Amino acid sequence: MIGAPQPTYAVEGHGLVKTFGDFRAVDGIDIAVPAGSIYGILGPNGAGKTTMLRTLLGIIDPDEGERRLLGDPAPLRQARNVGYLPEERGLYPSMKAFEAVAFMGALRGLPLRIGRERARAMLADYGMGASAEKPIRQLSKGMAQTVQLFGTIVHEPRLIVLDEPFSGLDAFNQGKLETLIRDQARRGVTVLFSTHVIAHAERLCERVAIVAGGKVRFEGTVDDARNRLRPQVRLRTRASDGGWRRALPPETLAQDGAWHFALPQEGIEPLLRALLDGHAGIESLSIERPGLHDAFVAIAGEAAARQMQADQVREEAA
Amino acid sequence: MMEMMRAALVIARRDFTAVVLSRTFIFFLLGPLFPIVIGMAFGGLGDKISTADLRPVVGVAMSPADTARMQRAHARLAERMGPQALPALRRVPLSPAPRVQLARANADVMVIVSGSPAQPVMTGQPQDIRRLEGDISLLASAALAEKSLHMVHVEAQQVATSVGAQSQGRLVIGRIAQIVIFFLTILLAGMILSNLVEEKTNKIIEILAAAVPVDAIFLGKLMAMLAMSFVGIFFWGATAFGVFLALKTPGVSLPVPAVGWPAFLMLAILYFAMAYTLLGSLFLGIGAQAATVREVQTLNMPVTMGQMLIFFFATYAVDKMGSPPEIAAVILPFSSPFAMIARAAQVDAIWPHLLAIAWQMIWVGLIIRIGVLLFRRHVLKSGGGWWKQLFRSATG
Repeated sequence: MIGAPQPTYAVEGHGLVKTFGDFRAVDGIDIAVPAGSIYGILGPNGAGKTTMLRTLLGIIDPDEGERRLLGDPAPLRQARNVGYLPEERGLYPSMKAFEAVAFMGALRGLPLRIGRERARAMLADYGMGASAEKPIRQLSKGMAQTVQLFGTIVHEPRLIVLDEPFSGLDAFNQGKLETLIRDQARRGVTVLFSTHVIAHAERLCERVAIVAGGKVRFEGTVDDARNRLRPQVRLRTRASDGGWRRALPPETLAQDGAWHFALPQEGIEPLLRALLDGHAGIESLSIERPGLHDAFVAIAGEAAARQMQADQVREEAA
Repeated sequence: MMEMMRAALVIARRDFTAVVLSRTFIFFLLGPLFPIVIGMAFGGLGDKISTADLRPVVGVAMSPADTARMQRAHARLAERMGPQALPALRRVPLSPAPRVQLARANADVMVIVSGSPAQPVMTGQPQDIRRLEGDISLLASAALAEKSLHMVHVEAQQVATSVGAQSQGRLVIGRIAQIVIFFLTILLAGMILSNLVEEKTNKIIEILAAAVPVDAIFLGKLMAMLAMSFVGIFFWGATAFGVFLALKTPGVSLPVPAVGWPAFLMLAILYFAMAYTLLGSLFLGIGAQAATVREVQTLNMPVTMGQMLIFFFATYAVDKMGSPPEIAAVILPFSSPFAMIARAAQVDAIWPHLLAIAWQMIWVGLIIRIGVLLFRRHVLKSGGGWWKQLFRSATG
């Protein structure tokens, strides 16, 4: 399945619009997820991430626009090649863990016998072998979530779509999930996931789409996003004044006994020369590349960034 | 199409095993047997109630000699006509007047006959008089004739077959088959109403809707419930057949339906399946709109009333083969299975059944499609124009 020829883009959406009553949840979205990549959709709750994924997967139809899943304009025709973990987790409570995994595989065309074998092996490898025969209602929330994740990948799909996959997992299991995503990507599988936690996207994704208000505000590599901002310079000097200050950029801020400014276009060397010649006395100098969070604030706005942080705090508290 | 059937079978298999392998399924199987067992246990009492207590009682306020003549006439006629055919007689005092006796708080007769057999006088409410005056006239005439009334001996000439009796028997078979199919459908199809609530409350619906066409979800659920119903019917049918064999009176044979018993039973199974899937697909579509079990319970009553209406329509037309109401009942998809099984009992042609089953299947498909469309629009909040959605490919 992995060796089958793949289109350039595993997922494509052009001009997608989805309206619920008067609310435009998806507002003219364009997206292209390269085959074989780990792709993150970043945005606060209510940004339109889930509606966008559901539209791309064919669960709901867009009001306007076109979509292609693995090159196919009818997404459900590709169901066998796709694995999907929805944001709202759901399993039949009376089903045994291994049966639930096999059932999800069977829905997507995997013979039940093979599904059961794989399910038992996956659960055993993950240290959940003893829980394989237990009904879902007897498992912890985290374990049930793992069962559903295995159900998403048991049929060895070419594309895995995960909606807020880290939500509800503790730090240890979040790490295990990150490993699993990387393993899948190494096998050539395209992984598309949505998150409101920037750190996950920053660690995992080759490309990201920043979504806010139903629109894609940025699409590109994490480096592209970070490169949208100039690196930040933090300079601490022994002297507080002198001719050297004329060499500092006009937008420089004095804060916490240090000078803060964006790295000038011509680089740091002319400034360094002026500091040395002017005897400013360099106590410390750091040039930091902006993180994805800074890029997100710059792209989606302070309000969206604050909402994302609030979402994360709320989730951790829960 | 093959892919949709495959997906439907996966869902059907899950639903079927979830129901049949649950402990509550035993109660489902045994449930319909409880009334039969209770009925048999209290059968003797029921017989007494039906044979004696429900007959109207007529008070006789005549001279002792006339009263005795009336009672002798009653005994002679009851011997020929059966005790149920005539009202019971009870001697009452000559005075006070019948009108006064009937007004008493402890009055236990419906009407009072006074006077003599030659000139009987009935006192009672107008409707009771209308009901009983024929019987009293017959009794008084027999009492008057007394010894001169000769009971004529009827000579029996037995024949092996009687077309008239056969057509009467076939009519009865048609009615019984309609009733059996209707009660099985009403017992079993109502369960489908709540079928998608589990998926919606457990958030499984999104997993299903992302993996398979919604049509396959609906079809799979219908197939599972139909298979579960067949398990029940097989169990109840086997039990009923066992009881029939045990209680069967020797020498009594059942009338043969027009298409013959094997074809009739096959058609009965098919028409049950069609009645079940027609109503089931409608219930599934209605139930899928409900968000909670409470909403489903609220929907139950109007749905049951709708079923009753369909049944009455089909039974109304059963003895009017070829009449406009009967043809309408055959064409109307929901009454069609009931009307057609009555036809199978009375008319021997098979081809109308093939046509009817194909017609009913088209409607099942159409109702599922409309249910899916409504589900996509109102539950998944998806969909565009009605016609475009109705005829779109299941895989989108």
